[in-house]
Amino acid sequence: MEAILFYILAAIIIIFAIASVTSRKILRAVVYLLFVLIGISGLYFLINYNLLAAIQLTVYGGGVIVLFIFAVLLVHHVELKLEKTSVKKKIIAGLLSFTGLAITLWAIFTFHFKTANNYKPIEVADIGRKLLSYEDGGYILPFEVISVLLVAVMIGAIIVAKGNKLKE
Amino acid sequence: MIEGISIYEILTLSSILFFIGIYGFFTRENLITVLLSIELILNASAVNFAVINIYLYPDFLQGAVFSIFIIALAAAETALAIAIVINLYKLVYSVEVKDTETMKY
Repeated sequence: MEAILFYILAAIIIIFAIASVTSRKILRAVVYLLFVLIGISGLYFLINYNLLAAIQLTVYGGGVIVLFIFAVLLVHHVELKLEKTSVKKKIIAGLLSFTGLAITLWAIFTFHFKTANNYKPIEVADIGRKLLSYEDGGYILPFEVISVLLVAVMIGAIIVAKGNKLKE
Repeated sequence: MIEGISIYEILTLSSILFFIGIYGFFTRENLITVLLSIELILNASAVNFAVINIYLYPDFLQGAVFSIFIIALAAAETALAIAIVINLYKLVYSVEVKDTETMKY
């Protein structure tokens, strides 16, 4: 049952990812990306990591996609079609990424992963304690650094987006 | 851990997602769609962190914690990049890659 669910999710993710990088209508590309992100959140639910699935849904599905849609509506006409990419560029990019994919898959399938047997789901309480612990193996420092980074980015984004018009 | 699915299937899925993102990064000519491809790439790497933690080292939480950090970084990067795109549109009235050829100074 879970295997069938995984294959359905994988098909959704791959099909909409391809649609998202090839669609010529920009708003549709953003909505396809939303479907990919929701599929990945379903994948996190399948591996029993509920906290990350919830974060994925709220931060990506709720925040980033809305940001993208606002940006698209601010700088484009909704019906605008993107320029066609030249066939030569498409072929080169396709060949390059296909070669990279082949090398990566070869490396993955020739490596023997030592899968652990004692499986247990990730509890939210454990993550919270780990993030706030300042003992050995605690993550309080990167947690604080990320908070400072978010504040800096917020101020920076406001200042950059406010910028003056180019003088004639 | 998913019943009946080994780590190889999930790593294959995330590699395919990663290289679809790379393809989009190479072919797209609009700054916003380039950003969409970067989102795909970052998501593929976050999936890898979480899955490798759960399948190979279930007693530790490194991968789980760092996938949260990746999502926070991706959100910050998107916010700043979209601010830059909007500012650029005010300056040159275009967000195509080929039109952004002058720097401020």
